[in-house]
Amino acid sequence: MRRAALLPILLLPLLAWAAPPAGSVNEDTVRQIAAELRCVVCQNLSVADSPSEMANQMRGIIRERLQAGDTPEQVVAYFVDKYGEWILLSPRPRGFNLLVWVLPFAGIGVGLVAVLLLARRWSRRAASEPVAEAIDAATRERIRREMAELEP
Amino acid sequence: MTPEIGYALTAVALALALYGAGAAAIGARRGHPALIQSSQHAALGVFVLIAAAMLLLVYAFLTFDFSVRYVAMNTNRGTPFYYRITALWGALEGSIILWSWMLSLYTLLVILRYRTRQPEFYPWVLSVMLGILAFFLLVMTIPAPPFQRLTPIPPDGRGLNPLLEDTGMITHPVALYLGFTGFTVPFAFAMAALITGRIGDEWLTATRRWTIVAWYFLSLGLLIGGWWSYHVLGWGGYWAWDPVENAAFMPWLTGTAFLHSVMIQERRRILKLWNLTLIILTFGLTIFGTFLTRSGILSSVHSFTQGAIGAFFLGFIALVLLGAFGLVAARGDRLKAQGELDSILSRESAFLLNNLFLVAAAFTVFFGTVFPLLSEAVRGVKVSVGAPFFNLVNIPIFLALIFLMGVGPLIAWRRASRENLRRNFLWPVAVGVAAAAVFRLLGVANALALLCFGLVVFVTATILMDFYRATRAKLLSGERLLPAMGGLVIRQNRRYGGFVVHLGILVIALGVFGSNAWSIQTETTLGRGEAFQIGGYHVRFDGLAASEESNHFKVTGTFTVANNGHRLAVMYPAKKFYPQEQTPIAYVDYLMGLREDLYLVLGDFARDGSQATIKVQVNRMVTLIWIGGLILTLGAALAVLPDRKKA
Amino acid sequence: MAARPVWESHAEVGSDASERGLGPRNPPGGGIGRGAKPPSEGIWRWGKWAIPLAVVPLLILLAYGFRTDPRAIPSPLVGRAAAPFSITLFSGGSLSLDELKGKVVVVNFWASWCYPACYEEAPGLERGWRAYRDRGVVVVGVDIQDTEEAARKFMRQFSLTFPNGPDPAGRISVDYGVYGVPETFFIDRSGRIRKKHVGAVTEAVFTGEVERLLKEPS
Repeated sequence: MRRAALLPILLLPLLAWAAPPAGSVNEDTVRQIAAELRCVVCQNLSVADSPSEMANQMRGIIRERLQAGDTPEQVVAYFVDKYGEWILLSPRPRGFNLLVWVLPFAGIGVGLVAVLLLARRWSRRAASEPVAEAIDAATRERIRREMAELEP
Repeated sequence: MTPEIGYALTAVALALALYGAGAAAIGARRGHPALIQSSQHAALGVFVLIAAAMLLLVYAFLTFDFSVRYVAMNTNRGTPFYYRITALWGALEGSIILWSWMLSLYTLLVILRYRTRQPEFYPWVLSVMLGILAFFLLVMTIPAPPFQRLTPIPPDGRGLNPLLEDTGMITHPVALYLGFTGFTVPFAFAMAALITGRIGDEWLTATRRWTIVAWYFLSLGLLIGGWWSYHVLGWGGYWAWDPVENAAFMPWLTGTAFLHSVMIQERRRILKLWNLTLIILTFGLTIFGTFLTRSGILSSVHSFTQGAIGAFFLGFIALVLLGAFGLVAARGDRLKAQGELDSILSRESAFLLNNLFLVAAAFTVFFGTVFPLLSEAVRGVKVSVGAPFFNLVNIPIFLALIFLMGVGPLIAWRRASRENLRRNFLWPVAVGVAAAAVFRLLGVANALALLCFGLVVFVTATILMDFYRATRAKLLSGERLLPAMGGLVIRQNRRYGGFVVHLGILVIALGVFGSNAWSIQTETTLGRGEAFQIGGYHVRFDGLAASEESNHFKVTGTFTVANNGHRLAVMYPAKKFYPQEQTPIAYVDYLMGLREDLYLVLGDFARDGSQATIKVQVNRMVTLIWIGGLILTLGAALAVLPDRKKA
Repeated sequence: MAARPVWESHAEVGSDASERGLGPRNPPGGGIGRGAKPPSEGIWRWGKWAIPLAVVPLLILLAYGFRTDPRAIPSPLVGRAAAPFSITLFSGGSLSLDELKGKVVVVNFWASWCYPACYEEAPGLERGWRAYRDRGVVVVGVDIQDTEEAARKFMRQFSLTFPNGPDPAGRISVDYGVYGVPETFFIDRSGRIRKKHVGAVTEAVFTGEVERLLKEPS
């Protein structure tokens, strides 16, 4: 759970172009939390991005809860408590949800192995059926000579 | 009368398409040229009928003929002239007309081009395309007829979805649908190849240009969609990983994989099965996209209303996938690779990896998109899979793809020697690393951004170096600089077109990474005359004005923007209130710049204009995405030029 | 040097052309159905039908999608204690949930811009309130994301007399997991949420729920 919340945060910019904090709460933290939550009245926009009034109020609530001393995890947990897992824009990586996190990479892994095996099989076939040289030795020599002239 | 005439046109077109599909198939099987001829006439008839239906609907829109239900639902007397035309594809039923019309246009082009060529394939291609067309006409006849009489005739219509009143909405669906329907051509050729059993390279060679055209329009459609999202939806982004955006992105990914993997089959005669699979998937995904948007099984901003249409599309998807893959299986014995690979360190392998990652990206997007459904089916719990998930999971995949974009075109075919690697990659790698180091010294601390910049510079360097070497070879053989460069590009247009497309993608990638990493935003409430600072800009609220527009009421804020003490612009973000909409629509105002855009969205305001809430974003490097789109256009145009190499 | 380099006619200038010969090695043409191939292995003969069959689970999943409504999100709050709130009423004064302990409470979230659903349910809610107010039932309206002026107009239009107030910061809405209007919560006498109704509440639903909760011992 803790790691799930941290991952997107780690990937967010570490740059210092940020706006000055409002009051005691860091607006970046508000944004980061808001970016994980689904704006409940919109379709597929985060609370951070949505221009809707509801999202605006939800940002306000996030700010309020942080001001009251909640940790970011507690704020997120509060929203999950009220709306269910549905409100999280990326499913928590545990239980059945692990599937959506792991399967793409498992697929890549399997794919890599398959590519490697196929490539080996095909290249073995190449080794077993030698094909005549497409060009004769004289042409090869001429290519080599001209290439050499090009390369200083 | 209009609804009845329109409906009759659709019904006759459906009958003709069914007849044409059958006639072409029987003609091909039994060897009756006359039947094939007749099928061509049917296809022409279908085109004319759909065009007539479309014009009739436009006429109904222009004359406010509210006896047509679709017109009444999607326009009202206040809808401006242009949007009355584009309202044609503003909702489900009309978008299907546009789709069918484009498909019939492609069918006509195929007839014109292949009537006398490809005698084995052509009749089957015609049959498959008319069959697909018949499906869309069936949709227009039964579950989603655009021509439906509305009684009693209302005095005024409901009005167009205000979000669609934008130039982006004029072009976005057109480009997107040209892309979607365009993939029907290679798909039909693949089916013809499977049916006739001629599963060589012919169908690939014949469809190469069609695929590029379809791919290009799909890319353009996606980019315009991003542009529309950016300047209309008012949330400050261009891509939200909405199910329907994903639905358009998936065929793009598999289509891109297909564009690359055909090159290996052309050269090495491996991957036959794979290429067929890719084109079937690509076509299947275009239909899947339409299914997602129209069935309402996933919630999305783009969702049209649901109805029986979902079942029709699901049936069609089942038919396409089971039929096509069934054919593949039936022909399985002829699909074994005959070619071979010399070494794992070769361009072939780079292309295999490119395919792997593109398909992995498509799979990730697909799985993420349908996962909520799966979770509900298995656990009974609704979950969301949104932007944070897709961004995170796709980042490594896309970085790998960028890397391969640099490796693929320059590593030797067949077997890369150490010499080849040194010769082609030493400098680009050095330049890439150096660039990352320079960015680091310039203060870029974000490791991901550094990696991305380094990779982009590396790939650019490989492209430039290749072009430089080729030009130098020409110069040494006595040609002059400009003719040498021009000749190179024209004569090897496929290769250099590809490079230019790659450059476009790189520029887009920079824009995507830059805007994600460095954009900043804030939201604040200002009294009249008050100002605040963001990212070096000084934004002052000067007041509000209200105005009555033809079909809505508009409240416009006036903001004066200065940078380092000198006045830059006066900006007018607004809120539009449409009577048919519950919530107001934001009208964004922004200053576009190469480095960054200043982007203002008006929020709440006091009725008396004394104060307003404003969301201000400084979106960095977003413009690069649009520039990249232009470069990509150039490259795609170059790549579809007729081959002059052998002339 | 005037001689045309041999490799120029080939596309891959940058590739290592000298290494192994130029261009594709395979002879052109052919490729289809050349007879001289090993017979299919047994696995492939039947295994190839796995390709089309792989599509079936996907189709089933999509077909399942028709049975679900993406807009119906079950609330985790049903069965749990209702979050306490206090609301400043449009009619003046304030009301808090705590004061209503022992009564059946119907909390209705609405907005004047919510057309037509809120307009459809308002008369029924008012009738329900008048019918049951003396039997220990309280209807509370929570007006969200609205202007006071528009809300008052709405209440006048339907002559609403049950306690109604705004939720200016959205705190009550979020506490009740509201994601749209109208939504109606039925709270039993012990203060637990027993049902959440999404969309316009009909008089039949209202009466049914209230009667059920009234029958329960407090």
